Amino acid sequence: MTKKLMKGNEAIGEAAIAAGAINYFAYPITPQSEVAEYMTWRLPEVGGVFVQAESEVAVGNMLLGAACTGKRVFTTSSSPGISLMMEAMSYMAGDHLPVVIVNITRGGPGLGGILPAQSDYFQAAKAGGHGDYHAIVLAPSSVQEAVDLMILAFDLADNYRTPVIVIGDGMIGQMMESVEFPAKYREPVNPETKDWPLTGAKGRKARVIKSLFLDPKLLEKNSFDLAAKYKVIKEKEVRCELYKVSDKNRLLIAAYGTMARICQTAIDELEDEGISVGLFRPITLFPFPEKEIFRETAKANIRAVLTVEMSMGQMIEDIDRCIKGKKPLDFYGRTGGIVPTPNEVKDKVRQMLAAK
Amino acid sequence: MAIDTNVIFSRPKALSENITHYCPGCTHGVIHRLVAEVLDELGVRERTVGVAPVGCSVLAYNYFAVDFIEAAHGRAPATATGFKRIRPDMIVFTYQGDGDLASIGMGEIVHAANRGEKFTTIFVNNAIYGMTGGQMAPTTLPGQRTTTCPQGRDVSLAGYPIRMVELLSGLRTPAYLVRVSVHSPLHVVAAKKAIRRAFQLQVEGRCYSLVEVLSTCPTNWGVAPTTATKWLADNMLGYYPLGTYKDPDQEVR
Repeated sequence: MTKKLMKGNEAIGEAAIAAGAINYFAYPITPQSEVAEYMTWRLPEVGGVFVQAESEVAVGNMLLGAACTGKRVFTTSSSPGISLMMEAMSYMAGDHLPVVIVNITRGGPGLGGILPAQSDYFQAAKAGGHGDYHAIVLAPSSVQEAVDLMILAFDLADNYRTPVIVIGDGMIGQMMESVEFPAKYREPVNPETKDWPLTGAKGRKARVIKSLFLDPKLLEKNSFDLAAKYKVIKEKEVRCELYKVSDKNRLLIAAYGTMARICQTAIDELEDEGISVGLFRPITLFPFPEKEIFRETAKANIRAVLTVEMSMGQMIEDIDRCIKGKKPLDFYGRTGGIVPTPNEVKDKVRQMLAAK
Repeated sequence: MAIDTNVIFSRPKALSENITHYCPGCTHGVIHRLVAEVLDELGVRERTVGVAPVGCSVLAYNYFAVDFIEAAHGRAPATATGFKRIRPDMIVFTYQGDGDLASIGMGEIVHAANRGEKFTTIFVNNAIYGMTGGQMAPTTLPGQRTTTCPQGRDVSLAGYPIRMVELLSGLRTPAYLVRVSVHSPLHVVAAKKAIRRAFQLQVEGRCYSLVEVLSTCPTNWGVAPTTATKWLADNMLGYYPLGTYKDPDQEVR
């Protein structure tokens, strides 16, 4: 397969098709409207469905109905739109429905701005809707990784019957990079091979997809079932990447998404100055790489941990929880669409090391 | 001597045998039965998916022997859209009350109707919130007392009750929009005819269809189950005129 130069948003749409997901519901919002513009001509070519909904509230609830068919369904949006989908998100988690939701994050709170940010970490990783639930959260740091994680997202959603969020800051959606798609695209899923989709009560009892359990014992059981599922997900689906991690490192940086790539540049340049720093990059924000970050932080050569985010500090709460006070933890972040530069990260590292 | 027995009346196959939770004098049961009879008569039970609302009929899936999705409050038309667009070969209906459809779900119903989604809505209007205990609905009549308007609906503050069929009739997109009632056997017969046409149009893939059914709520109206149908006739028929408001075979104004 040859490489193509593609904008992140369009590559994300094509990746869904490669995963056999040809049912798409969306409402326009910057900085990801190119996905809908791409899908509006691309989906008819593959016999897919695209509905431009009246609101993100409707998108979420269209996805709920669409997912009940057992076919692969998805949407893309950005922060304020994702907030409006949190109603349906909670229902779909309670309903055990597979669905993929892409958040090309912009700055907030409120209407915020239209430039890249990572300020939706809490909403994604901790469950933005009501009730006891989680979604699997995948955070790509390049357009190629966005393509790969989109395909993985649909597999995870199907395997675990759960909503999956692919979270990329606005940069992932807007930048152009060379990407490669699988040589063979997946066939759409056949719902008849599963025992839960609504296909009509022919020769079997009627099926109901619901999250209402008026009997507290049954509601608790649904929450136990969800918790059991999250336990397996935590055991099997943690993903993270280490960059230039070695016993020479004096400091460990934790960053994800676009921020991780900027930190890689900072780490390369610090290396030239003789300062050895490693990068810990969570790829799954839920399940969070708890044991992995603890293991790397506990190493004797690591003097401190620096979390760098395009936010006022959200992932740092997970880092803090996982490293259990083993090492001092510091933070550097810019937000509102302002992205920390490699120089700012380097200054922060030098400052931390000088303070020792 | 052998006796010839012909079954002339039985439970529709599309209805389950569960005992309903609806109050005495409530007409949800009648409406459920009409829908079930139509699904049987059209032979579509085995390829039908219902979408339940939030409200008294949230448990509709306990009474229909068809696949069901439980929607979020007011969102049934969006949920039905998602399903039907992917499975146009299946028959999809939403069953919604007046709080669900005309208040919190106003956006979803208007846009689904305007897109001409090929599903059917059974809209049960009893002029009050039932499940939550008798609060003012967008359809509560002027002067009607509820727990959130104990002095009666004040139209200077709450506006006038919304006539949904008339409102949706203003849309240019072809649809079948009709208002019926179930307060007397004669009206039940007419209601079934409308529900049947609504589903028939869906089977033919022609248009969106909505049947508004005037219904009773003796518990929250504060009237006896035996007089609820009279209350409906006396109070609701004047404000909510019965009839066909739009039909794809009629000329569009």
